[in-house]
Amino acid sequence: MTEYILRFIAGGAIVSAFAIFGDMLKPKSFSGLLGAAPSVALATLGIAVVQHGPQYAATASWTMIYGAVALACYSLAVCHLLMRFRLAALPATTIAFVVWLAVAFGLLAGFGGAA
Amino acid sequence: MLVKLSSSSLKQTRWYEYGVRFLLGGFATVFAGIVSTRFGVSAGGLFLALPAIFCASATLIESHERRAKQRTGLDGRRRGQQAAALDAAGAAMGSIGLGAFAGVFYVTVLSSVIGAFTAAIAAWAVVSVSAWWLRRKLRSTSRHSRSERAARSEGGRSSLA
Repeated sequence: MTEYILRFIAGGAIVSAFAIFGDMLKPKSFSGLLGAAPSVALATLGIAVVQHGPQYAATASWTMIYGAVALACYSLAVCHLLMRFRLAALPATTIAFVVWLAVAFGLLAGFGGAA
Repeated sequence: MLVKLSSSSLKQTRWYEYGVRFLLGGFATVFAGIVSTRFGVSAGGLFLALPAIFCASATLIESHERRAKQRTGLDGRRRGQQAAALDAAGAAMGSIGLGAFAGVFYVTVLSSVIGAFTAAIAAWAVVSVSAWWLRRKLRSTSRHSRSERAARSEGGRSSLA
């Protein structure tokens, strides 16, 4: 339980710090870079290294590359849903989550985890 | 437009909007841990690049822009969508950097943990900013050549007339 509380606080704090920094940056397209900041990764990989060692963290970071490819596809899908289909931000970001899941798990199924 | 750092946009954000992002970030990190424990580290690794707070950020940006337009008596809905789309385009560039973060961390973590974190963050920053800058340059170059072509064809038409 303590581990999950620690994860929650560390994740929430790092994500908030990146989000606040992103809010302060202009133009919008540049501050958007912070939307793909490694906030969850920093908290999770830090705990993974301490708990399970570097090999475990390395394995997690390999499949994170698939997650990053999926995030790129997700962001482009959100962009198109907003601009072409004129959806509001909440439905666009929710619907596009299907794209993230499909690409991430498709890559994992196709290429597998780290050797 | 140059990149600027300004604290004025923080005044637009309400306290609960910070709270929502903290909660979403915390839950995403806990969720990634649970997936790793239940389904293995490979599946859990995918969730390190989860767009956890993206929906909150995009909704926030959209509502801030809409509110700003509505204060001047305009609808502002389209402006809000455009601002959120710009943010999403930035995130697409940033995800290239996120991939670089993961790749550099994977290569370096077995030799030095502190070095791996430092190198991975540096890789994320350099690759993300370079991708953003390159996209901006390419867009301005294509816009410039398009307007040049239009001016040339306009000139050709007027000399024929």
